[in-house]
Amino acid sequence: MSGNSEIKDRYLKLYKDNIERISGNSSPYINFFREAAFEKFKTLGVPSKKDEAYKYTNLDTFFEHDYKSYFMPAPSDFKKAEEFRCDVPDLDTHGIILLNGFYPTIYDKLRQLPSGVWIGSLNEAAIKFPDKIEKHYGKYAQSETDGLIHLNTSLASDGVFVYVPEGVTLTKPVQVVNLVQSEEDMFNQHRNLVIVEKNAEISLIVCDHTLSPQKFLTNAVTEVFVGENSHFDIIRVQNEHNNACKITHTFIHQEKESVTSSNNITLHGGLIRNSTYHYLGGEKAESYSYGLFLTDKWQHVDNYVNVDHAFPNCTSNQLFKGVLDDMSTGAFAGRILVRKDAQGTNAYQKNNNILLTDDARMFTKPQLEIYADDVKCSHGATIGQLDDDALFYLRSRGINKRDARLMLMFGFAHELIKNIKIEPLRDRMDNLVMQRLKGELSRCASCLVKCDNLQNK
Amino acid sequence: MLVINNLKASIEGKNILKGVNLEIKPGEIHAIMGPNGSGKSTLASVLAGRDLVKVTEGSVTYFGKNLLEMSAEDRAKEGIFLGFQYPIEIPGVSMVNFMKAAVNEQRKHKGLEPLSASDFLKMMREKKELVEIDSKLANRSVNEGFSGGEKKKNEIFQMAMLEPKLAILDETDSGLDIDALRVVANGVNKIKRPDNSFIVITHYQRLLDYIVPDVVHVLYDGRIVKTAGKELALELEEKGYDWIKKEVENNILA
Ligand SMILES: Nc1ncnc2c1ncn2[C@@H]1O[C@H](COP(=O)(O)OP(=O)(O)OP(=O)(O)O)[C@@H](O)[C@H]1O
Ligand SMILES: [Mg+2]
Repeated sequence: MSGNSEIKDRYLKLYKDNIERISGNSSPYINFFREAAFEKFKTLGVPSKKDEAYKYTNLDTFFEHDYKSYFMPAPSDFKKAEEFRCDVPDLDTHGIILLNGFYPTIYDKLRQLPSGVWIGSLNEAAIKFPDKIEKHYGKYAQSETDGLIHLNTSLASDGVFVYVPEGVTLTKPVQVVNLVQSEEDMFNQHRNLVIVEKNAEISLIVCDHTLSPQKFLTNAVTEVFVGENSHFDIIRVQNEHNNACKITHTFIHQEKESVTSSNNITLHGGLIRNSTYHYLGGEKAESYSYGLFLTDKWQHVDNYVNVDHAFPNCTSNQLFKGVLDDMSTGAFAGRILVRKDAQGTNAYQKNNNILLTDDARMFTKPQLEIYADDVKCSHGATIGQLDDDALFYLRSRGINKRDARLMLMFGFAHELIKNIKIEPLRDRMDNLVMQRLKGELSRCASCLVKCDNLQNK
Repeated sequence: MLVINNLKASIEGKNILKGVNLEIKPGEIHAIMGPNGSGKSTLASVLAGRDLVKVTEGSVTYFGKNLLEMSAEDRAKEGIFLGFQYPIEIPGVSMVNFMKAAVNEQRKHKGLEPLSASDFLKMMREKKELVEIDSKLANRSVNEGFSGGEKKKNEIFQMAMLEPKLAILDETDSGLDIDALRVVANGVNKIKRPDNSFIVITHYQRLLDYIVPDVVHVLYDGRIVKTAGKELALELEEKGYDWIKKEVENNILA
């Protein structure tokens, strides 16, 4: 495993070279975690195929690469990003832009919306609201196996902060646009924290984009606290180029009677790994975990879900789908843990995949650990071609083969899109998925972002 | 309009159709009856262009053209419609989008402009009324979660939308309650014009009280072994198929 130790050395150097600069710009509480986290990373290393949870995903090519920079922004970067205006038709949101993982605004780094909700920079929030940060930061993103979570904790210094006070319903969604842009190959990390107090409600849209063709590696951690009887939805739309690797770890901690949903929609990307952790930490909590990916060429998309039923009478539901073209590959692993006291648990999991060619490959694996007796649990996975009977049915009505195939793929994907509650976004996604299936969506096609706005400046 | 000559076909190497001869003229209604597994649906599949069924011999001409050379979608555009014995559920594809695509493909084939959204919805509404289909069904995904009877009515609705020249209805009556049976039969009768034809595959003479056939055929073991007027259906209802099987065996022996 000399490869892996080489990788470790590389990141050891990265840490040594940057830790002072990073700590100098961060709050003491966030710095407080860094050293221990880095020790953990040194022990665990970068996940390899030997790790059960990364069995089908080879991160080496991205981690072995010598990135010219670990991104720390300069004032000019902030200026550039300040000029950026996201122009989204019909979609009315509170927008936040992250550039290479940083909140790229000089003034107004943290703003309060009329409803009392705070949105803005995590780094800034750590200074302004130390009590809130201390209560939640680093509490949910825990892992004894995944070194990348610790790598993030040891070096990340900014990201998005959202705070929804008790009893507040934010009707407009908050939209985070993650832009990655650099003149040279770059490794970057960011860290988000979302706190939803009791009886509150918010939805978050996260759009991941690459704006320049360099090789990028992004390792992002998001922690979400959802208080009693609150609602939280996160929709992540990924549209990145083939030379980008995006690794996301999202931890959703739920209190009793809360309801959350997570929907990862991967339209495009080189290597993508999304880990979503749902902790049902109170009675009658519900969590819905969805994911859809469309791949072609040499792309690889891996979704990992971990649902932890720690209290009685909770419900969880996972539905993940993939459409794989060319020689692309995909993986899904869904773990359901039902602890001894979690009686009355309902836990469901479904993973359906369509392979469009003989060379495309999909790996799927359920992992059920059930220690309670009164549990309703089901799981199922399919990997197959488009349904011939359905294809013939459509063709027998005069729809040509190509369109009939498109319709079936679209219908397959739409089963996930339809779970998006925000109507303009749902319509937009239907549209994008259709374009993607037709092969019309190039990496720079304006997704929710009009990339041209930025590139022309 | 349709001439089937000595048609032989197999599925996965198994011979199913063993020499079918049949001619259908414009305006005619043909009923095809016959025991389970005799090849009725296979014949319907061959006519609709399912490539799972391999034609090994014989010919089918449709308005003078070689039907067997045409793709399934072209046959549909040329006016062939198959009402499936087991309509397929297609989750995520809405009835509206499905029918819009089908109707506009057909219009394109005829050199017509696609229908505007409002004209299309108007057409949907009219046809729904014509075949008395619950209007909510048309807002759902294709056949998804439809009851058996609803699926069959949905086939008739699609037929009304597409106005075929030759409609093949494969057991559209089975699984229907008495009222639904009348709805389906009325639908057929409303769509019936002097120049379009029907092949009605059924096990029950009851349907033929509503849709009165010009001819009744019995398909047995891959061949049409008997052809007569509508009274044949009554006779079959009374006596079953044994006497036909005996006749066939005697013919072979003789
Ligand atoms: N996909 C298939 N694979 C293998 N055999 C098939 C297939 N489809 C049909 N068959 C066989 O072909 C024969 C004829 O079937 P077909 O469905 O045409 O009968 P049918 O006359 O329509 O019967 P029913 O009255 O029960 O609908 C049967 O023996 C059936 O098992
Ligand atoms: Mg049949």
